[in-house]
Amino acid sequence: MRNLLSITDFSVEEVNEVLETAADIIVHPEAYSEKCKNKILATLFFEPSTRTRLSFESAMLSLGGKTLGFSDANSSSSSKGESVADTIRVVSCYSDIIAMRHPKEGAPLVASFVSDVPIINAGDGGHNHPTQTLTDLLTIKTEMGRLDNLTVGFCGDLKFGRTVHSLIQALSRMKGIKIVLISPDELKIPDYVKSDVMDKNGMDYVETRSLEEAMPSLDVLYMTRVQQERFFNEDDYLRLRDSYILTLDKLSTAKKEMCVLHPLPRVNEIAVDVDSDPRACYFKQVRNGRYVRMALIMKLLGIK
Amino acid sequence: MKIDPIKNGIVIDHIEAGKGMEVYNILNLSELDCMIALIKNVPSKKTGKKDIIKIDASVALDLDVLGYIAPEATVNFIENGALVKKSKVALPETVKNVIKCKNPRCITSVEQGIDQVFKLVDKENRVYRCIYCESKAKD
Ligand SMILES: [Zn+2]
Repeated sequence: MRNLLSITDFSVEEVNEVLETAADIIVHPEAYSEKCKNKILATLFFEPSTRTRLSFESAMLSLGGKTLGFSDANSSSSSKGESVADTIRVVSCYSDIIAMRHPKEGAPLVASFVSDVPIINAGDGGHNHPTQTLTDLLTIKTEMGRLDNLTVGFCGDLKFGRTVHSLIQALSRMKGIKIVLISPDELKIPDYVKSDVMDKNGMDYVETRSLEEAMPSLDVLYMTRVQQERFFNEDDYLRLRDSYILTLDKLSTAKKEMCVLHPLPRVNEIAVDVDSDPRACYFKQVRNGRYVRMALIMKLLGIK
Repeated sequence: MKIDPIKNGIVIDHIEAGKGMEVYNILNLSELDCMIALIKNVPSKKTGKKDIIKIDASVALDLDVLGYIAPEATVNFIENGALVKKSKVALPETVKNVIKCKNPRCITSVEQGIDQVFKLVDKENRVYRCIYCESKAKD
């Protein structure tokens, strides 16, 4: 039985298989509307995330399946002190596949040890969020037509951004990827991502403080939020904040064929007037999240 | 200082000097009721000084745990006063319930009844990571 706990649980071939199915679903959604008839997806959200939960539920409903679950720990038995393992033992009797989010890192691994049905990690603390990474990959592939030979810029909070680390990890297995890391010194990518992922895989990368400087070289720009609580003082935050906000003006030097991604929710790091630019792909990314989750559910259930 | 040779038992030799007590504790040797000698700072040709533990009984030792704590050690198995087997311990691929994950965001900090498991990810630099949260094991 397969699970998806981390993006590296899937080989490059398996990732491609999911992306290809998702791309086919985009074109022929009707052909998939009964693929999971009589199947039940449990969405166990020990920590609330309405967006991610709705994406999973929409995916299962679009496949003709049904869903059940809880949307925060207060409505689950874990508030009474039940362990993750016991909750999963029970729920795996009621469902065919489980998507779970939990505030503690590694909770989905504990679940996978006791579950009779596949487990999908829908986010475990700051650790992994592989379906976001699949969503990012599908968006890059559908927008750029490829997942190799790309210059990918990551901008903003590269220190705490798990979606950034995980996408870099996924890209490290593709050929000809150049990474441009754009952040203030305070929010630079952690050393272990450099040593264990980028250096280890011989990835080509540069670090810069300037989004303007990096812009013309990029095929993909992955924006993240620079949060005030990451800074020691407000002055630093205010001084740096504007440098990492994407505006139409900054986008003017970008390639015509490029795409801007953002894991959402956005606060102010992308100016609203960028939304109408054809390179803004962050809302398409949300739609892709549903298709890629449909493809993933089918794969883990062994449905062709 | 002289310790009598053992007839049937195990000698853990070449433990890094000063680590003998740690090895004694981690292998739960205090729970055995046979004779045990822990000899510290024994002169050694190779390393200058070493620790040795002699156990006067043929007991089952967790060599993985020993390998994690003292990868340089050798284990000599003695039967009827003769050396019958000499094993060099090695860094184990995984260690179970020896190290505790110190990451407060790790599921092991709250979930009851799960094993603390660390996996060897970098042999050269002896790096172990928690299988749940991937935090590095700290010495
Ligand atoms: Zn841990």
